[in-house]
Amino acid sequence: MPKWFVPLAAVTALMFAASPFLIANAPYEATMGLVQKIFYYHLPSAWVFLLSAIVCGIASARFLFGGSPRQDRLAYAAAELTVLFGAIVLVTGPLWARKAWGVWWQWDVRLTSSLMGWMVAWAYLLVRKYGGPGSDKLAAGLALFGMANVPFVYISVNYWRTIHPATSVVPTLPVDMGVALWFAVACFLLLFVLLLRLRVYLEEQRARLDTLYLSLDE
Amino acid sequence: MRTLVLLLLLSFSLSFATVLAQQPEQQPPKQTDEFVPISQLPAQDQLPAAPLLVTAYAFVWVVLFAYVVSVSRRLTRVQHEVERLESDIAKRA
Repeated sequence: MPKWFVPLAAVTALMFAASPFLIANAPYEATMGLVQKIFYYHLPSAWVFLLSAIVCGIASARFLFGGSPRQDRLAYAAAELTVLFGAIVLVTGPLWARKAWGVWWQWDVRLTSSLMGWMVAWAYLLVRKYGGPGSDKLAAGLALFGMANVPFVYISVNYWRTIHPATSVVPTLPVDMGVALWFAVACFLLLFVLLLRLRVYLEEQRARLDTLYLSLDE
Repeated sequence: MRTLVLLLLLSFSLSFATVLAQQPEQQPPKQTDEFVPISQLPAQDQLPAAPLLVTAYAFVWVVLFAYVVSVSRRLTRVQHEVERLESDIAKRA
C-alpha cells in the first residue's frame, strides 16, 4: 500500500467523526425541518455513487480498447463502490422522502434512473462473478451503459416533472448549510479514494495469487 | 310518498356524486428549488423525523464499517494464501 494511505485514513476517520457536529449545528430547513439533515450524507454519497460509475465506465473503456489488466482491476473496484454508495443513496433517500413527501418511493425520473444505475453496477458484479471466461469484457460493456446513465441521472430533475429537489439547491445554500455539506462531501470523496485504493490493492493481490498458482503448476 | 322520498334520495345521491366528481385532483407536492433555513425547528416536527434521521445516519455508518471489515478480511485471506504459496515455491526451489 502507498505511504499516504494510513495518514489519509486517519484524517478521513477524524473528519467523519467531526461531521455530525457540523451537521447538527447547521440550521433547520423551513419546510422539511429536522429530516432535511439526511441531505448532508445523502447528497455526497449520491455524488460519489455517480463518480464511481464514471470511474468504472472510463476504466472499462480503456480495458476494452487497450486491454490493460490494471484498468480492469480499477473498473472492478469502482463497480463494487458504485453498489456500496448506491445502496446508501437508495436507503437514505426514501427515509428522507417518507417525511418530506409522505411516501417511501416515487417512480419519478431521478429515483428510477438512480435505481437503474445501481442495478447496472450489480449486473457488472454478477457477470464478473458468474459469467465464466470472457465475462470481464462483457462486464466492461455493461459499465459503459452505467456511465452513460450518469448525466441522465444528474440533469433529470431539471428537465422532467419531479418532486425531487432540483440541482439549484446546492449553489443557493446559505453559508451555514454549505459548510456542513462541503465538509461531508470532502469526507465522502476522501473515503472513496481510500476504499478504491484498498479494493484495487485486493485485486492486485488476487492477480499475484493467480500468477503464483500458474508458476506452481509449471 | 315513498316514490317521492326515493326520487329525493336519488337526486341527492346524483348531486353528491357530481360534486365529488368535480373535486380537483390532489396535486403532488411542488418541486423544491432552494432550501430556506430557519432558526428553530417546529415542535410538531421533532419527534416523527428523529427516527428516520437516526436510521439514515446509522445505516450509513454501519454499511461503511461492514464494507471496510469485508475488504480487510478478503485481503487478509488472499495475503495469507500468497505467503503460503511463496513459501511452497521457495521450498521446491
